[in-house]
Formats: sequence, C-alpha cells, structure tokens
Amino acid sequence: MKEITLGQYYQTDSVLHRLDPRVKLIGTFCYIISLFIVNSWPGYVAAGIFLAVMILLSHVPFSYIVRGMKAIAFILTVTVLFNLFMTPGEPLVSFWKLTVTREGLSFAVKMAVRLVFLIIGSSLMTLTTTPTQLTNAMEDLMKPLKKLHVPVHEIAMMMSIALRFIPILMEETDKIQKAQMARGADFESKSIIQRVKSMVPILVPLFISAFRRANDLAMAMEARCYHGGEGRTRMKPLIYQRRDRIAYGVLAAFFCLCLSLRLLKF
Amino acid sequence: MIQIRNLIHDYLRRDEEGNVEGSHRAIDHVNLDVHPGEFIAILGHNGSGKSTLAKHINALLYPTEGTVVVDGMNTADEQNLWKIRQEAGMVFQNPDNQIIGQVVEEDVGFGPENMGVPTEEIWERVNESLRIVEIEHLRKKSPNRLSGGQKQRVSIAGVIAMHPKCIILDEPTAMLDPSGRKEVIRAARALNKVEDITIILITHYMEEAIYADRVFVMDEGRIAMQGTPREVFSDVDRMKELRLDVPQVTLLADELRRKGLDLPAGILTADELADALGLKEETDVRKQA
Repeated sequence: MKEITLGQYYQTDSVLHRLDPRVKLIGTFCYIISLFIVNSWPGYVAAGIFLAVMILLSHVPFSYIVRGMKAIAFILTVTVLFNLFMTPGEPLVSFWKLTVTREGLSFAVKMAVRLVFLIIGSSLMTLTTTPTQLTNAMEDLMKPLKKLHVPVHEIAMMMSIALRFIPILMEETDKIQKAQMARGADFESKSIIQRVKSMVPILVPLFISAFRRANDLAMAMEARCYHGGEGRTRMKPLIYQRRDRIAYGVLAAFFCLCLSLRLLKF
Repeated sequence: MIQIRNLIHDYLRRDEEGNVEGSHRAIDHVNLDVHPGEFIAILGHNGSGKSTLAKHINALLYPTEGTVVVDGMNTADEQNLWKIRQEAGMVFQNPDNQIIGQVVEEDVGFGPENMGVPTEEIWERVNESLRIVEIEHLRKKSPNRLSGGQKQRVSIAGVIAMHPKCIILDEPTAMLDPSGRKEVIRAARALNKVEDITIILITHYMEEAIYADRVFVMDEGRIAMQGTPREVFSDVDRMKELRLDVPQVTLLADELRRKGLDLPAGILTADELADALGLKEETDVRKQA
C-alpha cells in the first residue's frame, strides 16, 4: 500500500531521467502532434526509430513499458476492427456480411501503429519523470497564463498535495473497510448492486476524514507562512542545462523531418 | 518573549444559515508570560483550552478580548502576521496532516520557500535543520515511509528551518508509540538546551512535563495551577481534581508518604525516590553488576 507511485515512475539513472522535466513535457507533446502530421510509411518508420532511440536512452526495460500497454489492448482491438471493416474501397477479402478493403487494411494498421507509439511515448515520459518534477514543470510552463488570471501556482500546489495524500487516503480506506468487515459488513457479494451499496458506508467516513485532514493541513500550511505563490522562492528551481538545449535541438530536427515528409508527400 | 494579558476567546456556534446561535468560552481571562529560552509545559485534559491557547500564539486565532504579544508584536495587528508565524513556529498533533512535501528535504524547505529565502540559503537551512533533529539519513525518503517519531521530527525540522525564536508543540506525541514519544521529547529538549529556542510543550503526558522550567495546568479555559514541575506535581489531590494524573513515581511517593514514610513532597524521577529512601547506593551497585 505504501509503494503506490502514480504514473509508474521507474527509478534508475539515465540521460532521460536527468533531462529537465519541461523538455520532456514539451517533447512528448511535440511527438504526439508529429504522429498525426505524418501519414506515410517513411514517416512512421522515422517516428519508430526516434522512439526506439529514446527507449534505449531511458534505460527502462522494454518489458516494463509493454506491461503498461495491457490497459489499452481492448481499445486498440476495437479501433483496428472498426477501421478494418468499416472503410469503403477496393474489396480484398469478404465473408458473411463483412468486407475487408485495401484502404481499410492500410488505415487500420496505421491507426494501430499511431496509437501504440502514442501510448509508449507518453508513458516513457511518466516512467522517467517523478510526479513532483511534472507538477513543477507544468507550473513553469503555464506561467504565461498567469496574465489571464489563471491560478497557476495554486493548481500546481493542489496537484502535488493530491499526490501526497493519495497513499494516505488509500491506507485509510483499507482501515475503514477492515473495521466494517470486523463488524460483519459484506464486501464479497457477487451482485454488483450489493457491492455498490456496501461502498457507501466506506465513502462517508472517508469523506469526513478527508475534510478534517484538509482543514488540519490548511492550518499547518498557514502556520508555516504559506500565502500563495506571491513572493515565493524555490528550493529546487528548474534551470536549463546544456543537455536540455541539445534535447530541444534534436526535438526540433525531428519535428521538421516529420513536417517535410508530410509536405513533400513521401 | 510572549506576553498574554487577560485573554478571552469565544467560539461561536452557528446554525445552518450561519447565524450566531450561541458561544462557548474556550479561554477565560488567561495571563501568561514566557521568557526567552524557557521550556514551558501546558497541561490539561481534553477540552481545557490548551490547544486554543497555542493557536493564539501563532496568530492562527485572534483574541476575542485581551492581547497576545509575541516578541513585541501584537498578534491582532495584521502587518505582523507573517513575522509572528516565522518567529513562533508550530508543530501539530497529527504528523500526516502537516507534511506537505513528497520528499523529506522538500518538506523541510517548504517554510523557507514561503518566506522567499534565496535558493542557496534554503539548502543551508535544510541541511542545518536535518542535522539538528538527526534525520540527515532520511532526507531523500518519502514521508509516507517513516515512523511516527521520525515524521514528527521532520515536522520539527520544517519549523527550525524558518529560524524561529520559539516553537509551540501542540500535543506532538499524542499519536505516537512510547519510543516515538521519547524521540520527539529528546529533540525538543535539545533544541531548548543547545539552540536556546523557547519551547512551549502542550501535552497530557505528565512524564514529559517534568523537564519543563515551568508548568501551567489549564482547566475550563483558565490557568488552574502554575509553578515548577515539583511544585505542581506535589499537590496530588488538586491534580486529581483537575482530572489529571501525576507521574507514576510521584504517585507512589505520595502514597508512601501518606502511609507514614518520611519523604519530601514532589518527587519526580525514580532516582530521586531511590535517593530519598536511602537506596541510592544499592541501585548503583546493582547497575554496576
């Protein structure tokens, strides 16, 4: 229970781990966009090579990354099947009422490749970045929004507090559940309605306790001079290093490549 | 350091529409002076107003009547708010609900970050604070994986990093096991002795109060007894009246005295009792053997 890590951070030392989280956040964003820019096989090969190099650089075992794919296997299959059978065009194979077209086949495979790359790319970011670094990066990147009166610092603070309290509240849920079980509550029942009903007596005390904690925490934060983002300094400020500039360069080169592949209709 | 004059605090009870229904007097005409470098203990059973009193010193609550002055600054004056909170740090009861950072060192740096201390100085302060409470080896750990006593020491380090003159500990040991309690009390005493920080310890464990320079006992929002631990604990009957225990050794000595043994009042430790009973040499011999 205490080992819960959100976003499944994989602890090791690599270039990708040391990279500034802002670079990784922007990088992932650019990579996803470029996946939708390219629409030809050379483009996908380029994206694949880029991803493979990143995985090698990250020192995260490939099996570990693939494990994360299980969650989307179902969505992937459905997408592929729909594209396969629903695209009109030149028929290849047909049985019963279903027809596979040449266009459908190529479209389905492209879609599958796109989705797989997208998921691997974004999970590579969460695997190499701690949640704290991510919230810091988001706070920094969203800073321009402050002019539009978006409470950027407050959002980042809320995110990091939520991350801190997830394991505590999970433990508490466990405790409440055990206490209810000790008094004969039934959580093993087969019927879904029964199961949902039995959640109510867990959620009510959990909510009350969460509010009490929030109250205590607010007081503790005020006692330690917290008064919003105004005039606050950082213990670990994000500063771009040489490797971050190089990474931005590589990223720009890859993005230009994808763009030119699309424009030159390769 | 701290002057409290005629302090009254009423909690207002509100109905569902937010209209005032009635009030409850939590603190009733309290006068209290704390001198720099003192170790003060405030005792009292649940609901005696001791936590409410503590929150006034940190300007988390404001007086209904009377004044609270911390290091020459009136807590009612809004301008002094952040300066007061920096000078009078506070440690709360539940360690889980006061740790903000996801890594120990980041939590210790939270206070200085809020105060706008430059980055390099934050690191100096964090290193120093971790060293004072002896948790340097835990600095990279997640707070969720520490014991209660360690978590509470992280909270104390977080307060020390703000360089306070005074630390208020509001029942810091209430949720800890005996060894965690010892850790925290030892840290608090070291701060007082070595760093010369004024300590106000609020507790209902009598054993923790015997190290204090002065003890205040609260009851129904008033200060019912005050004096050195020896003076306060020697009045066993009065303490019982206030629904409080005295340390076990003190109780034993008191019972023995009532049965006719010739013992002085207000014995606080086992060694003192052994001394008074003339057993000192024997216990020394036993320790050596």
